[in-house]
This record gives sequence, C-alpha cells and structure tokens, in this order.
Amino acid sequence: MAVLIEAQGLKKRFGSIAAVDGISLTVRKGEVLGFLGPNGAGKSTTMKMITGFLEPDAGGVRIAGIDMFETPKAAKRKLGYLPEGAPAYGEMTAGDFLGFIAEIRGFDAGEAARRVGAAVEKAELAGVLGQRIETLSKGFKRRVAMAQAILHDPQVLVMDEPTDGLDPNQKHHVRQLIADMAADKAIIVSTHILEEVEAVCSRAIIINKGRIVADGTAEELMRRLPAHGAVAISLASDRVEALRGALGALPGIARIDTVGQANGNVRLRVVPKNGALKPHDVAELLRERAVAVEEIFAERGNLDEVFRQITTSDEAAHA
Amino acid sequence: MPEICRNTWTIAKREFKGYFATPLAAVFLTIFVALTGAFTFRLGGFFDRGIADLNPFFQYHPWLYLFLVPAVAMRLWAEERKAGTIELLMTLPISPWEAILGKFLAAWAFIGVALLLTLPMWITVNVLGSPDNGVILVSYIGSFLMAGAFLAIGSAVSAATRNQVIAFIVAATICFLLVMAGLDLILNYVRGLVPGFLISAVASLSFLTHFDRITKGVVDLSSLVFYASLIVFALFANRVLVELKKAD
Repeated sequence: MAVLIEAQGLKKRFGSIAAVDGISLTVRKGEVLGFLGPNGAGKSTTMKMITGFLEPDAGGVRIAGIDMFETPKAAKRKLGYLPEGAPAYGEMTAGDFLGFIAEIRGFDAGEAARRVGAAVEKAELAGVLGQRIETLSKGFKRRVAMAQAILHDPQVLVMDEPTDGLDPNQKHHVRQLIADMAADKAIIVSTHILEEVEAVCSRAIIINKGRIVADGTAEELMRRLPAHGAVAISLASDRVEALRGALGALPGIARIDTVGQANGNVRLRVVPKNGALKPHDVAELLRERAVAVEEIFAERGNLDEVFRQITTSDEAAHA
Repeated sequence: MPEICRNTWTIAKREFKGYFATPLAAVFLTIFVALTGAFTFRLGGFFDRGIADLNPFFQYHPWLYLFLVPAVAMRLWAEERKAGTIELLMTLPISPWEAILGKFLAAWAFIGVALLLTLPMWITVNVLGSPDNGVILVSYIGSFLMAGAFLAIGSAVSAATRNQVIAFIVAATICFLLVMAGLDLILNYVRGLVPGFLISAVASLSFLTHFDRITKGVVDLSSLVFYASLIVFALFANRVLVELKKAD
C-alpha cells in the first residue's frame, strides 16, 4: 500500500528544550496510527510539523509524496487536520464556517454545497447548522471541527485528541467515524485514552521526551509486559500449597507470584518463561490434581501498563 | 481569478463579516460618526469659522484613529492565536501572505465603511456653501490612507500577542509616537539632542506632517509614498511576527 505520510528525522527545539528530537514515521493507506505519549512528550509539536503549521529545525515531511516545506499549498490540499481543542471561528454559524472552509479549499459553489452536505451528514450536524459555533455544546463543536477536516475527503487525516472531553456516546461516534474512513486514508490520531488505540488504531507509536520509544500493534506492545501471557488464579488461601505443588509439574513456568489477598482468597499470577501459557492447560492440570479454584483467566495486561512501563523506564534510563 | 486573489478575497470576506457578527461593528461605527461630528462642530468650530470647508472635520482624524483603529486591528491576529484558530488557518492551503492581506483588507474596508458614513458632512458643507470638492475628495483619500497605515501597524502588533488589550495599548502607543513626531512640542525637545537633518527626518515620519499637507489639497508623491511604504513595512513585520509567534 502507498505510503501517504512520511516524516523523516523531525526535530524541533523551543529555547533550550528539545520538544521533538528525531522522530521518523510512515503511515500507509488504510492504516490508523495511534500516537501516544505523556503530556509534554512532543505529540502535538510533531503533529504541528506533519501538518505544516510549524517548520521543523531539521527533517522533512511528505504528504502523499509531496514535500510539505517546498510546496506547502499542494501538500496541505491533501491533508485534513483537526487541531488540539478543535478550534473554529466561534462567531460564525456552523454552516457559514463549513462554507468558508469549502471556499478556501477551492470548490465552486455547487461542489462546495455538495461537500458541505456530505460532511454535515457524516458528522451528524444537520440540526445545528444555523447556530453560532460558540453557542454549541462541546460535542457539537468537536463535530464541526471534524467536518471541517474531512470536508475535502483528504487522503491524509491528522487528528489531535479527537475524543478529548467527550462523553462515552460521543467518543463512540467519533471512533466509528474514524473507523469508517480508515480504508482509503492514512490517519494519525493522538490520544491519552489507550482503549481507543485498541478500538480504532491498526498500529501505535509511543513517544516520550521527543523520541519514539515503542512502535507496533496494540498486541505487540502488550507482549512487552511481564504479565503478558500470565495466568491469574484466585483460590482459598489454604489451597495455595497444593496449587504450587501441582503446577510444579508444568514445564515453562518461570515463577508464581502472589498478587493480593481478599476475603480469604489469594490471587496468584503464574508467569510463563516465554510465550503464553494456555489457561486451558493450567485448568486441566488443576482439575486432574483436584485443586479447586475460584477464578482462572489469562492476563493480557493492558495498554495503560505498557504505557506506564515504557514511559517511566525510559525516564529512569535518562536520569 | 488568480489563486492569490481568490484566497485573499475569501479570507477578507470572512473577516469583514466577522466584524458585523458581534456588537463591535455597531459600537465602532456609532462612536466614529458621533465623535467626528462632535469634534467638527464643537472643537473645530465648524459654524463659527464661516468657511465652507471640511478642515475642522479632517483635522481631528489622526487623533480619532489613534484610538479607534487599534480597536479595529487588535483582534486580527491576537484572537486567532487565543482561540487556536491560527492553527486551522495556517494549515489550510493558503499562503501566509494571503491570510495577512485578506485580514488587513477586511479591516481597512471596515474603516472605509465608517468613513463613508461621514459623507453627510460633505453634503452639509455643499448645502451651506461652495467648498473646494477636490480638496475634500483628496482629504478623504488621504484620511483613508492614513487609517491604512495605522491599521497595518495595529495588525503587526496584534500578531505579537494573544492578548487583545495589550495589542490595543501597544498599537495605540506606537501610533501616538508617530503622530506626535510632527508636533513642535516633540521637535523642540529633539532639536537639542540631534543634528538638524535628523529633525526633518523625525518630522517627516509624522502622520500629522503628511496629513496636513494632504488636507490642504497638496498631493505630493512623498506623502503617498510615506503612507504606502509604512503599510508595506508594517505588513512585512506582520508576516515575520506571525511566523515567529505562532508556536507560542
């Protein structure tokens, strides 16, 4: 598939702070790239350079093969951008605002009306077109800004925290919108919400202190966790010894950790040496040895843990 | 229509309508017309002079513009930066010049509307006597040009801050200095400090010196060049400031 977003060695300093320190990435058609990182990691700065708002100190950006800093207008035509906080001209009505965007995107009157109509339909804005944007709720404001970004059906879509501050229904709607458009576009979405990465992104990049510290699918990232592939078991505390004895027979177990205790039950984590343990095998073995357990399930770990582990261990490495 | 014109026109149209979307337009236009009237008839002694001209009217324009033009200019860029819409604007397929020109022209046209609303003054003076209409026309053009120069400075200052109040105060101060540069009060003070040729240099930077000449009906090239080059210079500064400050 064609590479639609290509960033090479982006660097940007603000005073003495290296906000972005050598970020390269490519996004192909059909990919949705999740862009993760703690606050101040350089996510927004990177996106501002990819969209041509800021000029990098070093490095380059190509949008659909067009150099952003040599021919910015041509590159920006291929691009839809939802900046952080979804800014729009508050004193305009939603309809006028979208009309303005269509005009500046160079569509003639008939085509502009058609495009605005299509974007309004996708973002479900029909009811508020006549209202001034500053009077709209946060969810509608976000949708107006989304409609602006997708109005010209761009090949490349960059969205900075598109679901920030929305309620669960609105989040779902935005994710649905992204998923629907994903097939024929290259999309970058920055977010703090890691469940979102699993919901809409085909790949994720974690950045910290202006550098990429992890790159892969959600599944690949989770494999980095020590707990990944572990089997969690909880059982009555007087059966723990029996369980330890039983599991000793199973090959491929690195260790058994005690994670916690509650209501007379002990929660244990069986950590595999490499690769995943099959909960099924563990359950089978325990049944054979007649060790009764309350609960048994495979731990996947979650992206929050991956995020915390990667971004804090990186900090320790730099300290 | 070439692309630069089309984009500038689109930006200007949006910006111009923006003035009328808030009460700002009505407030500004009312105050402008009321103050020009008050200055002309009260301070200028329009009737007492017994001369059919608009000198009392034009003579106060620099002082009016001092406060009113920065008020029109202050929102041009400061608001974009505060609301974050500058990020939207500068990632649309337009060049920074198209945005700067569009905004400047919209604000200039808005001041033009204010100036047009004073046309009854021109009619009045024609009813009362037979003024030199050529001088009045040239004075109107001169006044409009001067407003453009004030405005370009205000627009540049507006790009340097995200706070409209600061934009207003700084722009008004710079304009004040440029107006005052022509007064003897300032010139006498400077005279003791610098050689003679610099005095005329300072005086020639003054809005007043040039505007006085224009309202007397003297259209010399130097005054036109003065205002035009001031506008061009300020818009260049505007371009640099937008670039420098947009990341903050």
